[in-house]
Amino acid sequence: MSSKIDVTLTINGRAHRIRVEPRRTLADAIREDCGQTGTHLGCEHGVCGACTVLVDGEPVRSCLMFAVQAQGNPIRTVEGLASGAEFHPLQRAFMEHHGLQCGFCTPGFLMLATGVLEREPDISDADLIDILASNLCRCTGYQNIVKAVRAAAAEMRQSRQTAS
Amino acid sequence: MSVAAKHGETCRAGTRGSGSTWAGRSMRRVEDPALVAGRGRFSADLAATHWVRFVRSHVAAGRIMAIRRPPGAHVVTAAELASVKPINPMLHRFGYVPVGQPVLADGEVRFVGEPIAAVVAASPGQAEDVADEVVVEIAETAPVVDARQALAAGAPLVHAGAAGNVIVNAEFETAGFTAACEGRRLVSVAVRSRRQSALPLEPRAGHAAFDPASGRVTLTCSTQMPHLMRTAIADLLAMREQDLHVVAPDVGGGFGQKMSLAPEYVVLVWLARALGSVVAWTEDRRENLIASYHSRDQTIGLEGAFDADARLVALSADVTANVGAYSCFPTTGAVEPLMALFELPGPYDVRAYRCQARGVLTHTCPMAPYRGVSRPVMTLAMERLMDRAARELGLDPVEIRRRNLIDTFPYVSATGLTFDDASYRRTMEIAVEAVDLAAFRRRQSAARRDGQFLGIGFATFSERTGYGTPAFAARGMDVTLGWETVEITMDPSGFVEARIGASPHGQGLRTTLTQIIADEIGIAPEQIRVVHGDTDRTPYGFGTFASRSLVIAGGASLMAARKVRAKLVAVASHLLEAAAADIVLAAGVATVAGTDRSMPIETLARAAYHQIQRFKGEIAPGLSESATYDPPGTFSNACHVAIVEVDPETGAAAVEKFLVAEDAGRIINPMIVDGQIHGGVAQGIGNALLEEIIYDDTGNIRTTTLADYLPPTCREIPPIEIHHLETLSETSITGAKGVGEGGAIGAPAAVINAINDAISPFGASIDEMPATPQRICAALRAAARESR
Repeated sequence: MSSKIDVTLTINGRAHRIRVEPRRTLADAIREDCGQTGTHLGCEHGVCGACTVLVDGEPVRSCLMFAVQAQGNPIRTVEGLASGAEFHPLQRAFMEHHGLQCGFCTPGFLMLATGVLEREPDISDADLIDILASNLCRCTGYQNIVKAVRAAAAEMRQSRQTAS
Repeated sequence: MSVAAKHGETCRAGTRGSGSTWAGRSMRRVEDPALVAGRGRFSADLAATHWVRFVRSHVAAGRIMAIRRPPGAHVVTAAELASVKPINPMLHRFGYVPVGQPVLADGEVRFVGEPIAAVVAASPGQAEDVADEVVVEIAETAPVVDARQALAAGAPLVHAGAAGNVIVNAEFETAGFTAACEGRRLVSVAVRSRRQSALPLEPRAGHAAFDPASGRVTLTCSTQMPHLMRTAIADLLAMREQDLHVVAPDVGGGFGQKMSLAPEYVVLVWLARALGSVVAWTEDRRENLIASYHSRDQTIGLEGAFDADARLVALSADVTANVGAYSCFPTTGAVEPLMALFELPGPYDVRAYRCQARGVLTHTCPMAPYRGVSRPVMTLAMERLMDRAARELGLDPVEIRRRNLIDTFPYVSATGLTFDDASYRRTMEIAVEAVDLAAFRRRQSAARRDGQFLGIGFATFSERTGYGTPAFAARGMDVTLGWETVEITMDPSGFVEARIGASPHGQGLRTTLTQIIADEIGIAPEQIRVVHGDTDRTPYGFGTFASRSLVIAGGASLMAARKVRAKLVAVASHLLEAAAADIVLAAGVATVAGTDRSMPIETLARAAYHQIQRFKGEIAPGLSESATYDPPGTFSNACHVAIVEVDPETGAAAVEKFLVAEDAGRIINPMIVDGQIHGGVAQGIGNALLEEIIYDDTGNIRTTTLADYLPPTCREIPPIEIHHLETLSETSITGAKGVGEGGAIGAPAAVINAINDAISPFGASIDEMPATPQRICAALRAAARESR
C-alpha cells in the first residue's frame, strides 16, 4: 500500500485537512474523507457525470481527478448550492419542473448546469442540450431536466438584469 | 367513462372521499427538497469497518480447481459458506426445473462475473488490491452463449438437472385452433430483442451492521423489495427472520433490476454475523454490467391468420427467452416467457391462440425483470405483425389496428385474462389526429424526393398493471406477490403517519399517497408523512414493481384512510353532538353540515387518545388503522407514435418526434404521470436504437463500461408530447391504473416500425432491436442484393 500524504481540500468554503493515498480520487475524498456524500458515483469512469463538482468554477468529473490535484482550488458541491435556507434557482427549478425522480444523478446535473450558466448565462438552447448530454439520467427521459435548466437560466438572467 | 384532457391541463373525473382537493393536482414532490440539497441518503453513503470486494469468474463455464489467497488475506469462499442454502426459487407449473445458485460459486462457474470469493479488508481500496491478488484456477469447459446454441442437440448442459437447457416449457392452445387457420391469409414475423440492462444509475450497494446488544443485523441495501429480501436472506442463512432488519433508504433507480435477491447481500449478512461487525460493499459499474441482472434477450416468431376483412382470427407464437445461468428470486427466470404466453395477443381481439414459450439456460448473466418485462418484445412482435399484414393486405397501418383492437368491455382474452374498461381505439385515434398523419405523409413524400428518408411508426398496447395474488398464482409461483398493506396512525397532535409495505425508488409515491390520504381525511399534505423501506417500521409487503404501487398501495392507503376518517367522524359526532352523517371533514376541520359548529381535527385526535371517557365506551382508544388491498388487476393502454429519420448512407436513425396518447385511469398527480412516461419512453428509445449487452462466442462480455453499453443522453431523446384519457375502472378503488412501465413497452415497437417505414422505399425491413446503424446498413444491403 502506498504511503499517505496530507492534502487540504476547500469544499464550499470550508477547509478539510485530510490524509490520503496519492491515488485517492477527488470523488472518494469528498465523500469518504470529507463526509460530503451528496456527490454520487455512478460509473467511476467519467461517462455518467453523477460525480460532477465545480473545481475553480469549472465542472469536472470528480471520479477522474485525484484529490491532490484539487489542492489549492476552490471546490463546490451540491451541499454548497443553497444559500442557507434559500435554494439556488436551479434547485428550485428542478423541483418545480419535476427534473428529478430517484435523485441519484441530480447533484451532478445541478453542478454541471451551475458551472455552465455562471460561465455562459446566455447560452443557446442547442448549446445547452449539447452540454447537458455530458451527464446521464435513467429516470426522467431528460425532458424536465432540460425544461428546469432553461427556466433557471431565464430566472438567473432576469435577476442579473434587475441587479444591474 | 372516459374523459379527454389535453396535455398539461388537469381534467379530473370522479371524486372520492371528502372531495379531490389534492388528487389531480401536480403537487410538488415531498421527496425533492432533500434530494436537490444533496441530503438524500443512499446505501453507499454509510461508513463501515470492513469492506468487501468480490472475486468473480473470468470464464463462462468451468470447474474451480484452486483458489489461491495472498498471505494474511481474509478471503471467504463457498467452503466457508457450506451451511448457506443456494438461491432456488420455485414454480409449480409449466415443467419448471429448479436450478440452485450458490451465493458464492461452489465447484462450478456458469457465467463471467459470477461471484466466487469475498475479500474482506479495512477499506474498499485495500479490498480491491487484495482481490486482484486472489488467483482462481478454472478448468474451462465449452460454454453455450445464445439460446439457439443451448437448444441444439448435444449442447453442453448449464445445469445437469435441466435437460436440453430448458428451465421452463409452457404450451397453450385454444380448442379448434387449426380449424380457425384454414383458408386464411397467413402473415408471419420473427423478431429478436438483444440483451439489455435496466441500468439504474446507482449501482447496487449493501451495508450489513451487526448489533451486539440485540444480536440482530441491519442490512441497508439498494432494493425494491425490503420485506422479501428479509424473508429470503433469513431462509438462506437459517436465521430467525426477526433477527434481520432490512432498510431500503433512497434507492437510485431500480427498473426491476433491484427486485431480485442479490447473492452479494446474502454474503454481507453472513459476514456481519461471522465478524460481529459492520460490513459494506458497493458495486462498480463493470460489476453492474456483467453481474447484476440482464433482460429482454428474446426471440418471438408469430404467424397470424387474417380473414378477408383483415381481422386477425388466429395467432400462433413461438417464444424463446435466454434466461442466463440461474433463476432469479422471487420471479424466477420463467417470468419473461410466461408473461409472453399469457399476454402476447395484447390489445387485439383474437380468439384462436397457440403459444409455446421456453426459457433457456445459457452461460450468461441471469435474467430478471426490467420495466415492462416481456411486454416490450411482445409488443414489438405484435406491432411488426400488424404493419406487415397491413402492407401485405394493402391497408393503412392505422386501419388494420382499427379493425382488430378490443372495443367492448369487459373482454375475456383467449388466455382467460379479463380486460377492464379501456380506450384502445380512442387513444389511437387521438394519436393519429395529434400527429396529423395526412400531413406527415405529404412531408414524407416530399422529403423522399430530396433524398431524405422519414418514417412514422405506431404501437398500440395494453399494460397489465396493479395485479394481485391470482395473477402470480396462475404462474404457479411460490411467492404470490399480490397484496399490500398500509397502516395509518394519526397521533394526538393530529399528524398522520402512513406506513407502507411498498418501496418506491424514484416514483414519487410518498407524494401521490399523501395526496390520496389528504383528500380522504380532510387534512393538509404537510400533516402527513409516508414511511417506507424499513422492515422494522412498516407492515409486511412486497415492494415496488409491475406498475402496482399506486394501484395497490394507493388502494390500501385509501381504505385505511377511510377507516381513520370514519373514526374521526364518530369522535366528532360525540363532541359536536350531531349525527355522524352530518359531519364533514375538510381543510383540517370537522364541521356539522349546515351549521357553524366545528372543531379542529387535531382536537378530535387529542380526544381520541386522552378523553375516551367522553365516548361512553362506543369508540376504542387511539387512531390507528390498517388495510390490505389485493385487487384483480387492471389494464392501462396507450398508443405511441414515433417519427424517425434514417440516413441510408450511415444507417443512423434519429427520433425526430415522439407522441403518446395514454390512459392509465384516474390521474392522481399529472406531473408525476408525465415523468413516468418520459422516463419509460427514453428507455424504450434506448432499447430500440442503442442498448445491447454483447457476449463473444466464448461467453466473455464485451460491454463492460458506459462507453460500450450506451444509454441515451438528452441528445437522443426528442420532445415527447403526451395526451391523456382517464377511463375509470371498477377494478381499482382509487380509479388509478398503473403507469410505470408503459413508456418502455410501446416505444421500441413504435421506433422500429418507424424505421421500417423510412426504409421501405429500399424494399428493406428490420425486425431486431437495437436497430443499430450496422444492422440498418445490413438490412439495406440485403434488400439491394435481393433486388439485383
